[in-house]
Amino acid sequence: MAEHIVKAPMRGRVFRVHVETGSQVKERDRMCDIEALKMEMPIMAPVSGTIKEVCISVGQQIGGGDSLFVIES
Amino acid sequence: MLGFHQTGFADLTLGHVVLICVGLTFIYLAIVKDFEPYELLPIGIGLILANLPGTGLLVQPQETGGEVGTAGLLGVLIEFGLLRYTVLPLLIFVGLGALTDFAPLIARPRLFLLGAAAQVGIIVAFLGALALGHFGIAEFGLEEAAAIAIIGGADGPTTIYVTSRLAPEMMGITAVAAYSYMAMVAIIQPPIIRALTSKREREIYMEPELREVSKTEEILFPIVCLILIILLVPRSAPIVGMFMFGNLLRVSGAVERLSDTAQNAFINSITILLMLSIGASMPAELVMRPETLMVLALGLVAFACGTAGGVLMGKLMKIVTKEPFNPMIGACGVSAVPMSARVVQRMGQEANPSNFLLMNAMGPNVAGVVGSAVIAGILLSVLG
Repeated sequence: MAEHIVKAPMRGRVFRVHVETGSQVKERDRMCDIEALKMEMPIMAPVSGTIKEVCISVGQQIGGGDSLFVIES
Repeated sequence: MLGFHQTGFADLTLGHVVLICVGLTFIYLAIVKDFEPYELLPIGIGLILANLPGTGLLVQPQETGGEVGTAGLLGVLIEFGLLRYTVLPLLIFVGLGALTDFAPLIARPRLFLLGAAAQVGIIVAFLGALALGHFGIAEFGLEEAAAIAIIGGADGPTTIYVTSRLAPEMMGITAVAAYSYMAMVAIIQPPIIRALTSKREREIYMEPELREVSKTEEILFPIVCLILIILLVPRSAPIVGMFMFGNLLRVSGAVERLSDTAQNAFINSITILLMLSIGASMPAELVMRPETLMVLALGLVAFACGTAGGVLMGKLMKIVTKEPFNPMIGACGVSAVPMSARVVQRMGQEANPSNFLLMNAMGPNVAGVVGSAVIAGILLSVLG
């Protein structure tokens, strides 16, 4: 079992969250959408596994490098 | 009760009907297809109002010999806002400047090169229009060629300003072409970018976040640009001056209310007046001419060549820079803010899901606006 922390690539606002703790994800599954400069961008799972922790909520402002999810693979 | 000859029906021609239908199409595209609605809806209404006969709306003050109450509303807007003093397209730049974030460009000033390279489309279309005029295919002289070519700058107000100064009879057509191509960025640019880049190049990862830009840099940037660019190209002053003034309102932090007004109420009010006037300045006899199709085709060529020029400069920068450089961001040098940056962001993530090029793409995007303002100033210096 390995833990992967998915980090925010850039500043923005959490627009939608598609997974919750315990969700199974496959590599490239859409986990959340962030909004920056009025554009929505998907954050996809870098590995397949189970979501161990969701660190964000809809509407939250995030900075580049902030933790978004912890995936157990 | 009015007799038939006193109604508008008596003077309605085929040309009027065609243009009223074009106006209705613009309104349809704006409301149903969400196709540049802020521009096309008022343009569509302006077009319809201008082509309903017998209204007197288009009578310009200079035509009335000063007789009180005889000028029409649209005639007043067109004469003072566009033809004689050209204040409306210039005032739009105050709002655009207040909406523009130069931080991505300040963080990487070399991205200015991409904004400059993408202006090649303007030069290609200028030469193309001159060639059509030279061979007698169309009646394009130097002024008309310049007005057509500036469509490649993908900047509506710049196009309107240059056309109103150099070839006012073409103003409606070039404005509609510029706004239409900006609305179609997502259709026009991807095939050109794909044709000029390999899959491996499109996958190139760039650091999504640029370095933090200080408040002092943000404040100095518009002031230094304003002075330097206007000293270099004095005729760019109306555009560059208003654009940088608007940006200073935004970044100064001292005039929050003015910045907010410029970004919202002010730019929206000017947009209503400008677009109504643009719609009303499309006379039937001009729109029905074959030259109109050539203007649209050359505008598209300008836009496509600008995209290609930016991408090719991006490829050159990929070779000469040390850190990874995705050449796709060069396509944003045509301006069309922020649509072309969004296209590149989407294409970058399609090629490599962990790639977020948006911030990197915004640099050449805003550089493109400055680039087309400078080219406009040069064209006006030489031809105006």
